[in-house]
Amino acid sequence: MSAEQMLAFETDCHIFDGCGFPAPGLHSFLFEPIFSIGGFDFNKPMLLAVLGTFLIIGFFWAAFGRAKVVPGKLQMVGEAGYDFVRRGIVYEALGKKEGEKYVPFMVSLFFFVWIMNLWSIIPVAQFPVTSIIAFPAALALIVYVLWMYLTFKKHGFVGGLKNITGYDKSLGGVLPLAVTLEFFSNVLVRPFTHAVRLFANMFAGHLLILMFTIASWYLLNGIGIAYAGVSFVMTIVMTAFELFIQAVQAYVFVLLATNYVQGALAEHH
Amino acid sequence: MKALLLASEGEVEAPLLPPIPELVIGLIAFAIVFFFLAKKLSPKINKVLEERREAIEGGLEKAEAAQAEAQQVLDDYRAQLADARHEAARLRQEAQEQGVAMIAEMRTEGQRQREEIIAAGHAQIEADRKSAAASLRQDVGQLAGDLAAKLVGESLKDATRQSRTIDRFLDELENKSADTAKAEVTR
Repeated sequence: MSAEQMLAFETDCHIFDGCGFPAPGLHSFLFEPIFSIGGFDFNKPMLLAVLGTFLIIGFFWAAFGRAKVVPGKLQMVGEAGYDFVRRGIVYEALGKKEGEKYVPFMVSLFFFVWIMNLWSIIPVAQFPVTSIIAFPAALALIVYVLWMYLTFKKHGFVGGLKNITGYDKSLGGVLPLAVTLEFFSNVLVRPFTHAVRLFANMFAGHLLILMFTIASWYLLNGIGIAYAGVSFVMTIVMTAFELFIQAVQAYVFVLLATNYVQGALAEHH
Repeated sequence: MKALLLASEGEVEAPLLPPIPELVIGLIAFAIVFFFLAKKLSPKINKVLEERREAIEGGLEKAEAAQAEAQQVLDDYRAQLADARHEAARLRQEAQEQGVAMIAEMRTEGQRQREEIIAAGHAQIEADRKSAAASLRQDVGQLAGDLAAKLVGESLKDATRQSRTIDRFLDELENKSADTAKAEVTR
Protein backbone atom coordinates (compact mmCIF):
# COMPACT_ATOMS: atom_id res chain seq x y z
CA MET A 1 0.00 0.00 0.00
CA SER A 2 1.33 3.37 -0.90
CA ALA A 3 1.03 6.32 1.39
CA GLU A 4 -1.45 8.02 -0.91
CA GLN A 5 -3.91 5.13 -0.76
CA MET A 6 -3.89 5.23 2.99
CA LEU A 7 -5.19 8.78 3.14
CA ALA A 8 -8.68 8.79 4.53
CA PHE A 9 -9.75 11.76 2.54
CA GLU A 10 -8.06 12.60 -0.73
CA THR A 11 -9.55 15.94 -1.72
CA ASP A 12 -8.69 15.93 -5.42
CA CYS A 13 -9.61 12.39 -6.31
CA HIS A 14 -12.85 11.48 -8.09
CA ILE A 15 -14.20 8.38 -9.79
CA PHE A 16 -12.97 7.81 -13.37
CA ASP A 17 -9.82 9.78 -12.51
CA GLY A 18 -7.91 6.59 -12.20
CA CYS A 19 -7.69 6.45 -8.43
CA GLY A 20 -9.36 3.92 -6.18
CA PHE A 21 -12.08 4.64 -3.62
CA PRO A 22 -10.36 5.89 -0.49
CA ALA A 23 -12.44 3.72 1.79
CA PRO A 24 -12.54 4.64 5.48
CA GLY A 25 -11.11 2.12 7.89
CA LEU A 26 -9.16 1.76 11.08
CA HIS A 27 -6.85 4.48 9.92
CA SER A 28 -9.79 6.90 10.12
CA PHE A 29 -9.58 6.58 13.90
CA LEU A 30 -5.93 7.40 14.22
CA PHE A 31 -4.72 10.96 14.35
CA GLU A 32 -1.46 12.70 14.12
CA PRO A 33 -0.64 14.46 17.36
CA ILE A 34 -1.49 18.15 17.44
CA PHE A 35 1.50 18.65 19.69
CA SER A 36 3.82 16.49 21.72
CA ILE A 37 5.26 17.02 25.16
CA GLY A 38 8.04 14.56 25.72
CA GLY A 39 6.61 11.18 24.82
CA PHE A 40 3.04 12.38 25.24
CA ASP A 41 1.12 13.01 22.03
CA PHE A 42 -1.89 15.25 22.29
CA ASN A 43 -4.27 14.37 19.47
CA LYS A 44 -7.72 15.34 18.26
CA PRO A 45 -9.83 12.90 20.35
CA MET A 46 -8.04 14.12 23.45
CA LEU A 47 -8.72 17.71 22.49
CA LEU A 48 -12.40 16.90 21.92
CA ALA A 49 -12.56 15.07 25.24
CA VAL A 50 -11.13 18.08 27.06
CA LEU A 51 -13.39 20.49 25.17
CA GLY A 52 -16.38 18.27 25.91
CA THR A 53 -15.48 18.25 29.59
CA PHE A 54 -15.44 22.04 29.69
CA LEU A 55 -18.63 22.14 27.65
CA ILE A 56 -20.49 19.96 30.17
CA ILE A 57 -19.13 21.83 33.14
CA GLY A 58 -19.84 25.14 31.44
CA PHE A 59 -23.39 24.17 30.66
CA PHE A 60 -24.19 22.92 34.13
CA TRP A 61 -22.42 25.85 35.70
CA ALA A 62 -24.52 28.23 33.64
CA ALA A 63 -27.67 26.22 34.40
CA PHE A 64 -27.17 25.47 38.10
CA GLY A 65 -24.49 27.97 39.15
CA ARG A 66 -27.04 30.45 40.34
CA ALA A 67 -29.96 28.08 40.61
CA LYS A 68 -33.23 29.73 41.49
CA VAL A 69 -36.47 28.37 42.83
CA VAL A 70 -38.17 29.89 39.81
CA PRO A 71 -35.89 28.59 37.05
CA GLY A 72 -34.64 30.43 33.99
CA LYS A 73 -34.64 28.85 30.56
CA LEU A 74 -31.19 27.32 30.82
CA GLN A 75 -31.84 26.04 34.32
CA MET A 76 -35.04 24.44 33.10
CA VAL A 77 -33.17 22.62 30.33
CA GLY A 78 -30.51 21.54 32.81
CA GLU A 79 -33.12 20.36 35.26
CA ALA A 80 -34.89 18.42 32.52
CA GLY A 81 -31.64 16.56 31.74
CA TYR A 82 -30.82 16.10 35.40
CA ASP A 83 -34.30 14.84 36.18
CA PHE A 84 -34.31 12.54 33.15
CA VAL A 85 -31.36 10.62 34.54
CA ARG A 86 -32.48 10.92 38.14
CA ARG A 87 -36.08 9.79 37.76
CA GLY A 88 -35.87 7.89 34.47
CA ILE A 89 -32.85 5.78 35.32
CA VAL A 90 -31.61 5.96 38.90
CA TYR A 91 -34.90 6.11 40.83
CA GLU A 92 -36.36 3.44 38.57
CA ALA A 93 -33.64 0.93 39.40
CA LEU A 94 -32.50 1.90 42.89
CA GLY A 95 -35.45 3.72 44.36
CA LYS A 96 -35.47 7.26 45.68
CA LYS A 97 -33.86 6.59 49.05
CA GLU A 98 -31.02 4.33 47.98
CA GLY A 99 -30.46 5.93 44.57
CA GLU A 100 -30.06 9.54 45.65
CA LYS A 101 -26.32 9.36 46.31
CA TYR A 102 -25.62 7.82 42.89
CA VAL A 103 -27.47 10.55 41.03
CA PRO A 104 -24.49 12.89 40.51
CA PHE A 105 -22.36 10.00 39.25
CA MET A 106 -24.98 8.76 36.81
CA VAL A 107 -25.82 12.26 35.59
CA SER A 108 -22.12 12.92 34.98
CA LEU A 109 -21.79 9.59 33.22
CA PHE A 110 -24.77 10.20 30.99
CA PHE A 111 -23.80 13.67 29.90
CA PHE A 112 -20.14 12.75 29.53
CA VAL A 113 -20.94 9.83 27.24
CA TRP A 114 -23.59 11.76 25.37
CA ILE A 115 -21.41 14.79 24.64
CA MET A 116 -18.45 12.58 23.66
CA ASN A 117 -20.82 10.78 21.27
CA LEU A 118 -22.28 14.03 20.04
CA TRP A 119 -18.91 15.26 18.74
CA SER A 120 -19.54 12.86 15.88
CA ILE A 121 -21.94 15.19 14.12
CA ILE A 122 -20.68 18.57 15.33
CA PRO A 123 -19.20 20.36 12.30
CA VAL A 124 -15.39 20.64 12.29
CA ALA A 125 -15.10 18.17 15.19
CA GLN A 126 -16.96 15.36 13.43
CA PHE A 127 -15.43 12.61 15.46
CA PRO A 128 -17.02 10.63 18.28
CA VAL A 129 -14.52 10.50 21.10
CA THR A 130 -16.12 7.29 22.35
CA SER A 131 -15.10 5.49 19.16
CA ILE A 132 -11.62 5.38 20.65
CA ILE A 133 -11.87 2.35 22.93
CA ALA A 134 -9.84 4.00 25.66
CA PHE A 135 -12.64 6.40 26.59
CA PRO A 136 -15.45 3.84 26.98
CA ALA A 137 -12.93 1.56 28.66
CA ALA A 138 -12.04 4.24 31.19
CA LEU A 139 -15.72 4.79 32.00
CA ALA A 140 -16.47 1.07 32.13
CA LEU A 141 -13.48 0.64 34.43
CA ILE A 142 -14.83 3.25 36.83
CA VAL A 143 -18.24 1.57 36.84
CA TYR A 144 -16.58 -1.84 37.29
CA VAL A 145 -14.56 -0.64 40.26
CA LEU A 146 -17.64 0.97 41.79
CA TRP A 147 -19.63 -2.22 41.26
CA MET A 148 -16.95 -4.44 42.82
CA TYR A 149 -16.44 -2.05 45.71
CA LEU A 150 -20.16 -1.93 46.49
CA THR A 151 -20.56 -5.70 46.17
CA PHE A 152 -17.78 -6.56 48.63
CA LYS A 153 -18.65 -3.71 50.95
CA LYS A 154 -22.25 -4.78 51.16
CA HIS A 155 -21.86 -8.56 51.32
CA GLY A 156 -18.32 -9.13 52.57
CA PHE A 157 -15.79 -11.25 50.69
CA VAL A 158 -17.61 -14.59 50.56
CA GLY A 159 -21.03 -13.00 50.27
CA GLY A 160 -19.71 -10.74 47.54
CA LEU A 161 -18.37 -13.67 45.61
CA LYS A 162 -21.69 -15.45 46.02
CA ASN A 163 -23.48 -12.33 44.84
CA ILE A 164 -21.27 -12.02 41.77
CA THR A 165 -21.44 -15.67 40.84
CA GLY A 166 -25.14 -16.09 41.51
CA TYR A 167 -24.44 -18.85 44.05
CA ASP A 168 -27.63 -20.82 44.67
CA LYS A 169 -27.66 -24.18 46.45
CA SER A 170 -30.92 -25.25 44.86
CA LEU A 171 -29.08 -25.64 41.57
CA GLY A 172 -27.55 -28.89 42.88
CA GLY A 173 -25.24 -30.58 40.45
CA VAL A 174 -25.24 -27.73 37.97
CA LEU A 175 -23.94 -25.37 40.65
CA PRO A 176 -20.20 -25.53 39.79
CA LEU A 177 -20.93 -24.98 36.13
CA ALA A 178 -23.36 -22.14 36.82
CA VAL A 179 -20.94 -20.46 39.22
CA THR A 180 -18.09 -20.74 36.74
CA LEU A 181 -20.19 -19.33 33.91
CA GLU A 182 -21.54 -16.52 36.01
CA PHE A 183 -18.09 -15.66 37.23
CA PHE A 184 -16.78 -15.36 33.70
CA SER A 185 -19.89 -13.60 32.50
CA ASN A 186 -19.92 -11.02 35.28
CA VAL A 187 -16.36 -10.54 36.40
CA LEU A 188 -14.53 -10.85 33.11
CA VAL A 189 -16.93 -10.28 30.24
CA ARG A 190 -19.21 -7.66 31.73
CA PRO A 191 -16.82 -4.68 31.77
CA PHE A 192 -15.60 -5.66 28.33
CA THR A 193 -19.11 -5.75 26.81
CA HIS A 194 -20.03 -2.61 28.70
CA ALA A 195 -17.21 -0.70 27.05
CA VAL A 196 -17.32 -2.39 23.66
CA ARG A 197 -21.08 -1.90 23.24
CA LEU A 198 -20.62 1.85 23.32
CA PHE A 199 -17.35 1.84 21.42
CA ALA A 200 -18.60 -0.38 18.59
CA ASN A 201 -21.79 1.59 18.11
CA MET A 202 -19.91 4.85 17.81
CA PHE A 203 -17.19 3.26 15.73
CA ALA A 204 -19.67 1.80 13.25
CA GLY A 205 -21.72 4.98 13.16
CA HIS A 206 -18.69 7.07 12.40
CA LEU A 207 -17.57 4.66 9.69
CA LEU A 208 -21.00 4.83 8.03
CA ILE A 209 -21.13 8.60 8.00
CA LEU A 210 -17.55 8.73 6.84
CA MET A 211 -18.17 6.26 4.03
CA PHE A 212 -21.17 8.15 2.64
CA THR A 213 -19.38 11.48 3.02
CA ILE A 214 -16.30 10.28 1.17
CA ALA A 215 -18.45 8.55 -1.45
CA SER A 216 -20.42 11.75 -2.07
CA TRP A 217 -17.21 13.50 -2.90
CA TYR A 218 -15.55 10.62 -4.72
CA LEU A 219 -18.54 10.02 -7.00
CA LEU A 220 -18.70 13.66 -8.08
CA ASN A 221 -17.61 13.02 -11.66
CA GLY A 222 -19.56 12.21 -14.86
CA ILE A 223 -22.46 9.83 -14.37
CA GLY A 224 -21.31 9.38 -10.79
CA ILE A 225 -22.89 12.73 -9.86
CA ALA A 226 -26.34 11.08 -9.75
CA TYR A 227 -25.01 8.51 -7.28
CA ALA A 228 -23.24 11.23 -5.36
CA GLY A 229 -26.65 12.80 -4.68
CA VAL A 230 -27.95 9.53 -3.26
CA SER A 231 -24.86 9.19 -1.17
CA PHE A 232 -25.24 12.74 0.13
CA VAL A 233 -28.83 12.11 1.14
CA MET A 234 -27.63 8.99 2.92
CA THR A 235 -25.04 11.06 4.75
CA ILE A 236 -27.79 13.30 6.10
CA VAL A 237 -30.01 10.35 6.99
CA MET A 238 -27.15 8.62 8.78
CA THR A 239 -26.28 11.82 10.62
CA ALA A 240 -29.84 12.09 11.89
CA PHE A 241 -29.78 8.41 12.80
CA GLU A 242 -26.50 8.88 14.64
CA LEU A 243 -28.03 11.71 16.66
CA PHE A 244 -30.58 9.17 17.87
CA ILE A 245 -28.05 6.39 18.43
CA GLN A 246 -25.75 8.67 20.42
CA ALA A 247 -28.50 9.44 22.91
CA VAL A 248 -29.62 5.82 23.07
CA GLN A 249 -26.08 4.55 23.68
CA ALA A 250 -25.51 7.10 26.42
CA TYR A 251 -28.80 6.02 27.98
CA VAL A 252 -27.93 2.33 27.70
CA PHE A 253 -24.47 2.85 29.17
CA VAL A 254 -25.88 4.61 32.22
CA LEU A 255 -28.78 2.19 32.52
CA LEU A 256 -26.35 -0.75 32.64
CA ALA A 257 -24.15 1.04 35.16
CA THR A 258 -27.20 1.64 37.35
CA ASN A 259 -28.26 -1.98 37.02
CA TYR A 260 -24.79 -3.15 38.07
CA VAL A 261 -24.98 -0.94 41.14
CA GLN A 262 -28.44 -2.30 41.87
CA GLY A 263 -27.12 -5.86 41.53
CA ALA A 264 -24.33 -5.07 43.95
CA LEU A 265 -26.74 -3.63 46.51
CA ALA A 266 -29.38 -6.34 46.08
CA GLU A 267 -29.95 -8.79 48.91
CA HIS A 268 -28.98 -12.40 48.58
CA HIS A 269 -31.58 -14.68 47.15
CA MET B 1 -9.50 15.85 8.02
CA LYS B 2 -6.20 14.65 9.17
CA ALA B 3 -5.31 11.09 8.57
CA LEU B 4 -2.49 9.15 9.90
CA LEU B 5 -0.12 7.17 7.85
CA LEU B 6 -0.03 4.00 9.78
CA ALA B 7 1.68 1.42 7.76
CA SER B 8 4.77 3.52 7.40
CA GLU B 9 5.03 3.94 11.15
CA GLY B 10 4.60 0.25 11.69
CA GLU B 11 2.06 0.52 14.52
CA VAL B 12 -0.33 -2.28 15.21
CA GLU B 13 -3.91 -1.60 14.24
CA ALA B 14 -5.76 -2.79 17.31
CA PRO B 15 -8.98 -0.86 17.83
CA LEU B 16 -9.84 -2.83 20.98
CA LEU B 17 -6.53 -2.19 22.68
CA PRO B 18 -6.92 1.02 24.62
CA PRO B 19 -4.03 3.41 24.25
CA ILE B 20 -2.86 4.47 27.69
CA PRO B 21 -2.72 8.27 27.13
CA GLU B 22 -6.32 8.34 25.94
CA LEU B 23 -7.33 6.14 28.87
CA VAL B 24 -5.73 8.56 31.29
CA ILE B 25 -7.23 11.59 29.58
CA GLY B 26 -10.62 9.92 29.62
CA LEU B 27 -10.36 9.12 33.33
CA ILE B 28 -9.23 12.62 34.19
CA ALA B 29 -11.89 14.26 32.02
CA PHE B 30 -14.65 12.21 33.57
CA ALA B 31 -13.25 12.72 37.05
CA ILE B 32 -13.35 16.49 36.50
CA VAL B 33 -16.95 16.37 35.31
CA PHE B 34 -17.96 14.07 38.14
CA PHE B 35 -16.33 16.03 40.94
CA PHE B 36 -17.59 19.31 39.62
CA LEU B 37 -21.12 17.99 39.38
CA ALA B 38 -21.08 16.00 42.61
CA LYS B 39 -19.35 18.58 44.81
CA LYS B 40 -20.50 21.87 43.37
CA LEU B 41 -23.62 21.68 41.28
CA SER B 42 -25.60 18.71 42.52
CA PRO B 43 -25.99 20.09 46.05
CA LYS B 44 -26.98 23.43 44.59
CA ILE B 45 -29.64 22.08 42.32
CA ASN B 46 -30.90 19.64 44.94
CA LYS B 47 -31.22 22.48 47.42
CA VAL B 48 -33.15 24.53 44.90
CA LEU B 49 -35.38 21.59 43.97
CA GLU B 50 -36.05 20.98 47.66
CA GLU B 51 -36.81 24.67 48.19
CA ARG B 52 -39.15 24.63 45.23
CA ARG B 53 -40.90 21.54 46.55
CA GLU B 54 -41.27 23.23 49.92
CA ALA B 55 -42.45 26.44 48.32
CA ILE B 56 -45.09 24.57 46.37
CA GLU B 57 -46.13 22.53 49.38
CA GLY B 58 -46.06 25.66 51.56
CA GLY B 59 -48.29 27.40 49.03
CA LEU B 60 -50.62 24.44 49.08
CA GLU B 61 -50.67 24.44 52.86
CA LYS B 62 -51.40 28.17 52.91
CA ALA B 63 -54.19 27.71 50.42
CA GLU B 64 -55.58 24.89 52.51
CA ALA B 65 -55.41 27.01 55.64
CA ALA B 66 -57.13 29.88 53.86
CA GLN B 67 -59.80 27.55 52.62
CA ALA B 68 -60.33 26.11 56.08
CA GLU B 69 -60.58 29.62 57.49
CA ALA B 70 -63.07 30.62 54.83
CA GLN B 71 -65.08 27.51 55.62
CA GLN B 72 -64.93 28.36 59.32
CA VAL B 73 -66.13 31.90 58.64
CA LEU B 74 -68.89 30.60 56.42
CA ASP B 75 -69.99 28.15 59.12
CA ASP B 76 -69.94 30.89 61.73
CA TYR B 77 -71.91 33.16 59.48
CA ARG B 78 -74.43 30.44 58.79
CA ALA B 79 -74.75 29.68 62.49
CA GLN B 80 -75.24 33.38 63.22
CA LEU B 81 -77.80 33.64 60.48
CA ALA B 82 -79.68 30.65 61.85
CA ASP B 83 -79.52 32.17 65.34
CA ALA B 84 -80.77 35.47 64.02
CA ARG B 85 -83.61 33.78 62.19
CA HIS B 86 -84.48 31.84 65.29
CA GLU B 87 -84.36 34.99 67.39
CA ALA B 88 -86.52 36.86 64.91
CA ALA B 89 -89.07 34.07 64.89
CA ARG B 90 -89.04 34.04 68.67
CA LEU B 91 -89.52 37.81 68.84
CA ARG B 92 -92.31 37.69 66.34
CA GLN B 93 -94.00 34.95 68.34
CA GLU B 94 -93.54 36.93 71.53
CA ALA B 95 -94.87 40.10 69.97
CA GLN B 96 -97.88 38.22 68.69
CA GLU B 97 -98.53 36.78 72.11
CA GLN B 98 -98.05 40.17 73.72
CA GLY B 99 -100.38 41.73 71.19
CA VAL B 100 -103.07 39.15 71.91
CA ALA B 101 -102.59 39.67 75.63
CA MET B 102 -102.77 43.46 75.24
CA ILE B 103 -105.89 43.25 73.15
CA ALA B 104 -107.50 40.98 75.73
CA GLU B 105 -106.39 43.29 78.53
CA MET B 106 -107.66 46.34 76.76
CA ARG B 107 -110.90 44.60 76.06
CA THR B 108 -111.29 43.74 79.72
CA GLU B 109 -110.32 47.27 80.70
CA GLY B 110 -112.82 48.75 78.27
CA GLN B 111 -115.46 46.43 79.58
CA ARG B 112 -114.61 47.42 83.09
CA GLN B 113 -114.67 51.14 82.29
CA ARG B 114 -117.93 50.79 80.45
CA GLU B 115 -119.45 49.01 83.41
CA GLU B 116 -118.07 51.68 85.70
CA ILE B 117 -119.49 54.42 83.59
CA ILE B 118 -122.81 52.64 83.41
CA ALA B 119 -122.78 52.06 87.12
CA ALA B 120 -121.89 55.71 87.73
CA GLY B 121 -124.75 56.76 85.40
CA HIS B 122 -127.14 54.51 87.25
CA ALA B 123 -126.04 55.90 90.58
CA GLN B 124 -126.37 59.45 89.31
CA ILE B 125 -129.79 58.76 87.94
CA GLU B 126 -130.78 57.12 91.21
CA ALA B 127 -129.45 60.05 93.18
CA ASP B 128 -131.23 62.53 90.93
CA ARG B 129 -134.38 60.55 91.15
CA LYS B 130 -134.07 60.41 94.92
CA SER B 131 -133.40 64.12 95.24
CA ALA B 132 -136.21 64.87 92.82
CA ALA B 133 -138.56 62.66 94.77
CA ALA B 134 -137.44 64.27 97.99
CA SER B 135 -137.87 67.79 96.65
CA LEU B 136 -141.16 66.82 95.07
CA ARG B 137 -142.36 65.36 98.28
CA GLN B 138 -141.26 68.47 100.07
CA ASP B 139 -142.99 70.71 97.53
CA VAL B 140 -146.11 68.61 97.52
CA GLY B 141 -146.15 68.65 101.31
CA GLN B 142 -145.65 72.37 101.34
CA LEU B 143 -148.30 72.85 98.70
CA ALA B 144 -150.57 70.57 100.56
CA GLY B 145 -149.83 72.52 103.73
CA ASP B 146 -150.31 75.84 101.95
CA LEU B 147 -153.50 74.61 100.48
CA ALA B 148 -154.67 73.32 103.78
CA ALA B 149 -153.71 76.56 105.51
CA LYS B 150 -155.48 78.59 102.92
CA LEU B 151 -158.44 76.39 103.14
CA VAL B 152 -158.36 76.67 106.85
CA GLY B 153 -157.46 80.42 106.87
CA GLU B 154 -160.30 81.49 104.58
CA SER B 155 -162.54 79.23 106.49
CA LEU B 156 -165.32 77.53 105.09
CA LYS B 157 -167.74 80.49 105.35
CA ASP B 158 -169.15 80.36 102.09
CA ALA B 159 -168.93 78.41 99.01
CA THR B 160 -167.94 81.37 96.90
CA ARG B 161 -164.93 82.07 98.90
CA GLN B 162 -164.12 78.47 98.99
CA SER B 163 -164.14 78.26 95.27
CA ARG B 164 -162.23 81.52 94.99
CA THR B 165 -159.48 80.29 97.24
CA ILE B 166 -159.16 77.13 95.34
CA ASP B 167 -158.91 79.07 92.13
CA ARG B 168 -156.24 81.34 93.53
CA PHE B 169 -154.24 78.42 94.83
CA LEU B 170 -154.37 76.87 91.48
CA ASP B 171 -153.23 80.10 89.84
CA GLU B 172 -150.31 80.35 92.23
CA LEU B 173 -149.42 76.86 91.58
CA GLU B 174 -149.42 77.58 87.87
CA ASN B 175 -147.27 80.66 88.27
CA LYS B 176 -144.83 78.80 90.43
CA SER B 177 -144.41 76.06 87.97
CA ALA B 178 -144.00 78.70 85.22
CA ASP B 179 -141.30 80.44 87.27
CA THR B 180 -139.51 77.20 87.84
CA ALA B 181 -139.60 76.50 84.12
CA LYS B 182 -138.27 79.99 83.39
CA ALA B 183 -135.52 79.61 85.88
CA GLU B 184 -134.74 76.27 84.33
CA VAL B 185 -134.37 77.87 80.85
CA THR B 186 -132.19 80.78 81.97
CA ARG B 187 -129.91 78.58 83.90
